[in-house]
Amino acid sequence: MSELVAATLILCALAAALWLFGRPGAARGGREAKIARIDALLPQTQCGECGYPGCRPYARAIVEQDAPLNLCPPGGNAVVAQIGRLLGRSAHHHGAAPPFVSATALIDEENCIGCVKCVAACPVDAIIGAAGQLHVVAPQYCTGCGLCLPPCPVDCISMTPS
Amino acid sequence: MRELHDFPGGLRLEPRKELTDQKPSLLHPLPERMFLPLQQHIGLPAEPLVKPGDKVLKGQMVAQAGGYVSVPVHAGTSGKIIGLAAHPVPHPSLNQAPCIVLEPDGEDAWFDIRPTERYDTVEPRQLQKLIWDCGIAGLGGAGFPAHVKLMEGVDNAVDTLIINGVECEPHITCDARLIQEKASYVVSGARMIRHAVQAAHCVIAVEEDMPAAYEALAALVDDDLELVKVPVRYPAGGEKQLIKTLTGREVPSGGLPIHIGIVIHNVATAAAVFRAVSRGEPIVSRYVTVTGRVENPVNLQVLIGTPVKDCLKTCGYEHREENKVIIGGPMMGIRVTHLDMPVIKTTNCVIVEENAPLPLEMPCIRCGECAQVCPVELLPQLLHWQARAGALEAAKEHHLFDCIECGCCAYVCPSRIPLVDDYRQAKWRIAQEEEQARGADLARTRFMRRNQRLERERADAEGAEAARNAEPETASPGRADKKAYVQEAIARGKAKRQNRRAGAAERDEEGSND
Repeated sequence: MSELVAATLILCALAAALWLFGRPGAARGGREAKIARIDALLPQTQCGECGYPGCRPYARAIVEQDAPLNLCPPGGNAVVAQIGRLLGRSAHHHGAAPPFVSATALIDEENCIGCVKCVAACPVDAIIGAAGQLHVVAPQYCTGCGLCLPPCPVDCISMTPS
Repeated sequence: MRELHDFPGGLRLEPRKELTDQKPSLLHPLPERMFLPLQQHIGLPAEPLVKPGDKVLKGQMVAQAGGYVSVPVHAGTSGKIIGLAAHPVPHPSLNQAPCIVLEPDGEDAWFDIRPTERYDTVEPRQLQKLIWDCGIAGLGGAGFPAHVKLMEGVDNAVDTLIINGVECEPHITCDARLIQEKASYVVSGARMIRHAVQAAHCVIAVEEDMPAAYEALAALVDDDLELVKVPVRYPAGGEKQLIKTLTGREVPSGGLPIHIGIVIHNVATAAAVFRAVSRGEPIVSRYVTVTGRVENPVNLQVLIGTPVKDCLKTCGYEHREENKVIIGGPMMGIRVTHLDMPVIKTTNCVIVEENAPLPLEMPCIRCGECAQVCPVELLPQLLHWQARAGALEAAKEHHLFDCIECGCCAYVCPSRIPLVDDYRQAKWRIAQEEEQARGADLARTRFMRRNQRLERERADAEGAEAARNAEPETASPGRADKKAYVQEAIARGKAKRQNRRAGAAERDEEGSND
């Protein structure tokens, strides 16, 4: 009886192994998993300071294009070290990450003209507003990326350190 | 007679309660200004219900509970709300927090409050709601919302209700005085809580060196309540230590007493429950021990929100630089610098001590004294190294969050290492990192959803464009039809208007003929 059980188990394991590693997309799946693990270490500010349009794209660039590890200012040196450890790459020769002050955007209600440009620029949909209406930042969602500052035609958004 | 058990570690400390424990308490006069912090309890802060300029009455709710684990705040006296602003508060890591500022009018007029007749005929759920509405948070020091313990208690079978009068920290006598002066409140409150959680047994515990309090309670208890004296040892009054002493059972790591069928409340909380149920009074005042280097050390019955400075003044003390002020006991209290900060629901004691320079900290010599006295059986020296090295994950694995911050380890440390400060800081950093991780997860989801939405919108726009380009012939007759329809409608409208005008002209003519 026990032999039968053991044999079934072994067969199942073999089938699972075949399914896992025999698929054409297996290598790609491994790469995607790696990207997800790097993405999990990044601070998700989505600020684009690294030169890529968001945290996940930067994670992808590290894996696929061998991008430097020290491009993330909000993550700072801690994130450089963590990604280095994950990939087995020495982070030292990249040097320190540039400084970053964590902050929250604040719209000056006196001056906002309701142009919707900042709403479109926000990478996490943290700005609420409609054309011609006063816009407001939902502070619980704001990552402090500062991407809403350049499009504002009346310069009414400021970053308050948090 | 209940068999008592021993808890690990602990210390025999000099009680030093003789300054205040024989003196009757004093009623503190109305202060000039009162500061009511929105957060005086563990959990979410309360949400203000008043705005500057509003008139309020004593006992009126000025801020409502901000969630399930939160309690409302009430005005301590009648007067005018003059602000809602950041103000110094007694808190280990925050300097300032939002407070409602109240200017008393001197009338001390009560809000419309209603007593509950015959609490034992009231549904437990209703009693819990009443206790919640009266803003009762644990008055023993931690400030855990009382209704949460009660509500969890009805969902789980409660074997024993413990009323904790074991005031084990040196200097503090507010619970001892409360028991002596308001024993009937404590005993009645205990019966009410027992009804609210439907507990099988109820034990009131005091320390062996509180004979007067014991006698006061003994005169009032019947067979339904058990009165127990526990040996004097710090921290015998800690929640988990008292449960171990009385029942021999241990609260699991990361768990609550209710998980082993126990509900535990402080004696002052029981007295507050009595006031809430029998009179409908929310919690607006408490006993506070003011002791140390003050002229007249005594227990005060203080309105919550009264500045600490006023309490010290009542006891004949003006602040001088050579002294320091501690809120809480000498073991677990926090040193405060802003004496404008108010007495809150959890403030049990204010001590004035000589501001001696801090002892020079030396390196850890691995003597292991700290592990001997730890009542939770942790490894304080290991946690110390982990906290200093920033190895927060490792500290968490070694049960940093089971530390009750009793201060025994730091008290016996021959190298004078402020161990509890290390643990508090490490706990705070872990909490911050977890908060950050939660924020990052939220931002990740929102970023991905936005990208998906933009992708979908782009695809939709492209699809629509392609459809227009592909079928220009079928599209144009449709549009032509629409145009014709619109033209028709306009023509109809014009005709109607003309008819109406013609009709009006006729009527006018008829009118002029009359």
